[in-house]
Amino acid sequence: MARLKRFIKRYRFFLLLVLINGLLFIIEPELGQETAVLSVHNLLEMLSVIPPIFLLLGLMDVWVPRETMMKYMGKDAGIKGGIFAFVLGSFSAGPLYASFPVAAVFLKKGVSLTNVFLFIGAWSTTKIPMMLFEITQLGSKFALIRFGLNLIAIIVLAIIMERTTTKEDSEAIYKMVSRQTDEK
Amino acid sequence: MKDKSKTRLALKKAWKSFENILPSVLTVLLLIGFILTLLDEQAISRLLGADFGIWGVVIAAVIGCITLIPGFVAFPLAASLVAAGAGYAQIAVFISTLMMVGIATLPLEIQYFGKRIAAKRNILSLIFAIIMSCIIGVIM
Repeated sequence: MARLKRFIKRYRFFLLLVLINGLLFIIEPELGQETAVLSVHNLLEMLSVIPPIFLLLGLMDVWVPRETMMKYMGKDAGIKGGIFAFVLGSFSAGPLYASFPVAAVFLKKGVSLTNVFLFIGAWSTTKIPMMLFEITQLGSKFALIRFGLNLIAIIVLAIIMERTTTKEDSEAIYKMVSRQTDEK
Repeated sequence: MKDKSKTRLALKKAWKSFENILPSVLTVLLLIGFILTLLDEQAISRLLGADFGIWGVVIAAVIGCITLIPGFVAFPLAASLVAAGAGYAQIAVFISTLMMVGIATLPLEIQYFGKRIAAKRNILSLIFAIIMSCIIGVIM
């Protein structure tokens, strides 16, 4: 009983949305079907992206020492660390939300905030395969200008994020991140 | 033997962190399902198909912020919008916000980074996207 209660509490928003979708089925069968199909499609896509990422993250969490990550992308890694974080993000695959758990483990392993946000920024907008696709669809002028501007935006954003995050804030994130992966 | 138990710990951690965010992920996926039903490709084409000037940029930013469309769908869509007469500034802001700002995925981002940082990242990304689109609108 207590477990069921806990389940309902944790999944309340999800269950509510399922309920709404169910009602939609009754009132507007066509719309209801469309949302359900889209959600299942999204779910399948998620299942193809997220579990492998978490598997890799679990392995990284246990096998890669904190010192190694700090050496390459920590506070003292300098510009090389930034470039490394940017390249890692650019060669990734998957939607932006898949980058959050990766970023979380990076933070836990001592990667600096600037580099974490460079990584997230690169993941979101400067993926190389997507870039090539953008050139074929919208032309190289548009794609390259956007790439250049985005690059500047990502760097400025990462710096602002780092500068404006207080010590308490970063400690709070660190705690939250540790709680995500460690036993309760 | 030590390695084996370490790998087992890795699997345990992987499952734990996956299960931890599963409620938010499922919520986000359903939300996206709802949003994309309302704002399907035809609706987006109708809203962004013409050059509405500054309002076009605002509408494009709003749509880009609330939807989540993968690049291999978004770029052909953007190309067809350009062909239909949409301005480059509009298209740029649409693509940039689509990629950088995620209202639907906010619950997930908050779970990892907290409200303040998640809000800050999204708002700053939106501002940058608008600035970039203005520059692109002038250059193109």
